[in-house]
Amino acid sequence: MKDWAQNALDTALKRGASYADVRVMDLRQRYLSTKNGQAGQVRDSQSLGLGVRVIAGGSWGFASTQNLSRSSVDAAADLAVQIARASALCKKHDVQLAPEGKVVERWEASCRVDPFSVPVSTCLDLMLRVDAELRKVKGITLAEASMDFRRIDQLFLSSEGSEIRQVKTQTGTGYVATSFAGEQIQRRSYPSSFGGQYQTRGYELVEELDLIGHAPQVAEEAAALHQCDQCPVGTKDIVLSGSQVGLQIHESIGHPIELDRVLGDEANYAGMSFLTLEKLGNLRYGSNLVNVVADATIAHGPGLGTFAYDDEGVRAQCTPIIQNGLFTGYLTSRESAASIGQTRSGGAMRAEGWNRIPLIRMTNVSLLPGKGNLEDLIGDTSDGIYMETNRSWSIDDRRYNFQFGTEIGWEIKHGRKTRMLKNPSYGGITTEFWNSCDAICGPEEWVLWGTPNCGKGQPPQTMGTGHGASPARFRNVQVGVAYSGN
Amino acid sequence: MVLTRQLADELFGKVLKYSRAEETEASISGVSYSLTRFANNTIHQNVAEEDVTISVRAVSDHRTARASTNKFDDDSIRQVCESALALAGLQPPDPDLLSVPGAQVYRAVDRFDRETAELSPRARAETVQKVIQRAGMDHLTAAGVFSSGSVVQALYNSRGLSAYHDESVSEFSVTMLGDSSSGWAKRTGTRWQQLSVDDLADRAARKATQSREPREISPGKYTVILEPAAVMDLMGFFLLDFGGLAVEEKRSCLTDRVNQKVFGGNIHVRDDVYHPSQGGAPFDGEGMPRQRVSLVRNGVVENLVYSRQTARKAGTAPTGHGFPLPNEYGEAPVNIVVEGERRSEEEIIHSTSQGLLVTRLWYIREVDPYKKIMTGMTRDGTFWIEDGEVKYGVKNFRFNESLIEMLNKVEMMGQPQRAAGEESVEMVVPTMKVADFNFSSLTKF
Repeated sequence: MKDWAQNALDTALKRGASYADVRVMDLRQRYLSTKNGQAGQVRDSQSLGLGVRVIAGGSWGFASTQNLSRSSVDAAADLAVQIARASALCKKHDVQLAPEGKVVERWEASCRVDPFSVPVSTCLDLMLRVDAELRKVKGITLAEASMDFRRIDQLFLSSEGSEIRQVKTQTGTGYVATSFAGEQIQRRSYPSSFGGQYQTRGYELVEELDLIGHAPQVAEEAAALHQCDQCPVGTKDIVLSGSQVGLQIHESIGHPIELDRVLGDEANYAGMSFLTLEKLGNLRYGSNLVNVVADATIAHGPGLGTFAYDDEGVRAQCTPIIQNGLFTGYLTSRESAASIGQTRSGGAMRAEGWNRIPLIRMTNVSLLPGKGNLEDLIGDTSDGIYMETNRSWSIDDRRYNFQFGTEIGWEIKHGRKTRMLKNPSYGGITTEFWNSCDAICGPEEWVLWGTPNCGKGQPPQTMGTGHGASPARFRNVQVGVAYSGN
Repeated sequence: MVLTRQLADELFGKVLKYSRAEETEASISGVSYSLTRFANNTIHQNVAEEDVTISVRAVSDHRTARASTNKFDDDSIRQVCESALALAGLQPPDPDLLSVPGAQVYRAVDRFDRETAELSPRARAETVQKVIQRAGMDHLTAAGVFSSGSVVQALYNSRGLSAYHDESVSEFSVTMLGDSSSGWAKRTGTRWQQLSVDDLADRAARKATQSREPREISPGKYTVILEPAAVMDLMGFFLLDFGGLAVEEKRSCLTDRVNQKVFGGNIHVRDDVYHPSQGGAPFDGEGMPRQRVSLVRNGVVENLVYSRQTARKAGTAPTGHGFPLPNEYGEAPVNIVVEGERRSEEEIIHSTSQGLLVTRLWYIREVDPYKKIMTGMTRDGTFWIEDGEVKYGVKNFRFNESLIEMLNKVEMMGQPQRAAGEESVEMVVPTMKVADFNFSSLTKF
């Protein structure tokens, strides 16, 4: 790896780049799935290549190739410089980077059980046993399970002398039971929807989730949803499960705090942000209970946003985002930090692969825990709805107006979960919603959830992000709105 | 071009040499792609990539699996063949798994333009420069992308199937931002000259200017005129529903609705990769020739699309819409053409006493999979129409609307055109005027 990267770096500098960095990435992935008693996808893939990012003529250029011959690497570096010089046709000023020291380090994320060492037959057998449990329940028309393993081996070299090798292993798994009857399709998922739970860990994650043990209840709930009442329309207190709070953080805090959005870089595609610069240190984002960090450090846990250095060679940091309800921080890069006068990047630049540039991405954007368990919280709620496991999500392009649906809900009356409710949904305006938060469960309920499918950028990039969350309560929220009028 | 037919042939020759599977399929794809991105009247990201991937599927003893690599030395190709075979052997047999198909005949499509495939960074930057100058004429700020390049898809198998398709690609998308408003326009095509970049810049600038100081009107049910980008982004959520496997597995909104009148009598939808405004290869993920399929006629769901395996279960013929095997989803139409009427958008606006004009939609997600209720937001140019004229811009809405109901309330349509949005693949669709579209809440801009 080192030779390829060094060649690219040398060529870029010879061609006139004032700054260059090179990432060589070797991505290995295994994806396995089952469906209704049969193997679904069984596939392995490997993608190895090099990307070189340069500043020349005061502007950015980037080129990448999978062909790692000397001539091809030189051509990519040369092209990156040509592209940067073309970019300079449309510049207002030269790119400035916040300073960063030279780093030479190797880091490997903890992985107790290498998922690639677990026989595929063992994985498929486990998923097929889950599948059989799900389909034992009358009314289940489709059972699906999946496992997703990734190993990312990356070398970063920069013209400032940094040389950083990082190896991460990520594991994801989950399943869903679908029930069609009458004119309804209902689903229940475990441990979360849209692929389940993902972390920067090995196969030990799969072993800890007790996939088989939860299957009967998941299937029974999917079937039972057909018989239960529709979520009412109106204003209610709601209690959200931890994974749903995680997605709420992702959409209504994680994305708006990306400084590139704030500055307009994503205006054409992913959108901008309501968190304009004058709001930093002034906006009451949430109630006094709300404390949020963007924490990429290992100390925060093995999230999908955990690393030692970001893809600009900046050490992982913990940035306070919301402190006792006050908005205090953005996710930043070296360029964006410099542009607003900050002395150092917050270290949030990550690229999906060797053929993509790093962008500002969420690390682990987490809501810090409060007190008590979920039972205590429901016991403290006189009239509300408990909503669990995301089913749909949508938010406007400046991150004000959101709407979420969940797979299942239960009415809460006088401190007890009562009747089951189908098709729950809620919506609101971001800051009004977070200011209505009046209870957050404690560390015993806190889980570092993984969102493996966060999309951003053109060409599009998919990135994994982490969201630590425990169940929380929000007062006077509009519920049931997704179905009203239909 | 990053992957010539000759190189693809040679790579498959190596695969055949090393594969020990009963049957072997190789999908070889190549991309040579560049994208110039601008915002705040500056080019801030400017990238290029070249990649070739070979994906080998082994079939042995009613089992199949896939392994992929982008390294082409003999050891890597031998290893990827071995991996696919080993993975296949570690799973239970699938009695429904079919042998790979034999050689097929494809209708020729010409979708390659060398100038577009090889457009230089400087040419893209000079084009962007003009668009930024156009923004300045109206004191607007421009953001967008200009991309160009080529993609290649080659598919082979050990029973003699051999398919190759190359296509040039280009896209120009622009958002013009004012102090209180924005406008957007986008076009994609196989030839960059057809993008009409000046026209897109004018259109986006006009929308931004016309929607300045947007007014707030109450959410509710309104007659809405959806421009083609909005129509296609909604229609995209139907694609998987028209797959035969989705209906068989009862995960489609068309379960128990095939051969029934589901939509209004004026709705006619087909899948047609050969339409002159469409793109893509004339074969599917198994190498079967894509066929034109009438999906909806006079509002009746006439046909679904089928991969080979789904077709066999359903007792019908494959239509050439299968995804690469193995997969969980079966098949889907990906070259949608919705028939329209011979009306201009201006005529449709003139016919409207009160209503809303929507440029594009954003963050559309499925709320209910069987009623097909979708939610999402309007974006970058939403206007109030009164007495047949666009009066002023309005703040953006959230909608919650059943697509099935929506296609029963289409009062008028424009001429179909190739449309590009951000939530789905390109389609040929008309502007639609829809009664009682359900806008459920407002946002703050």
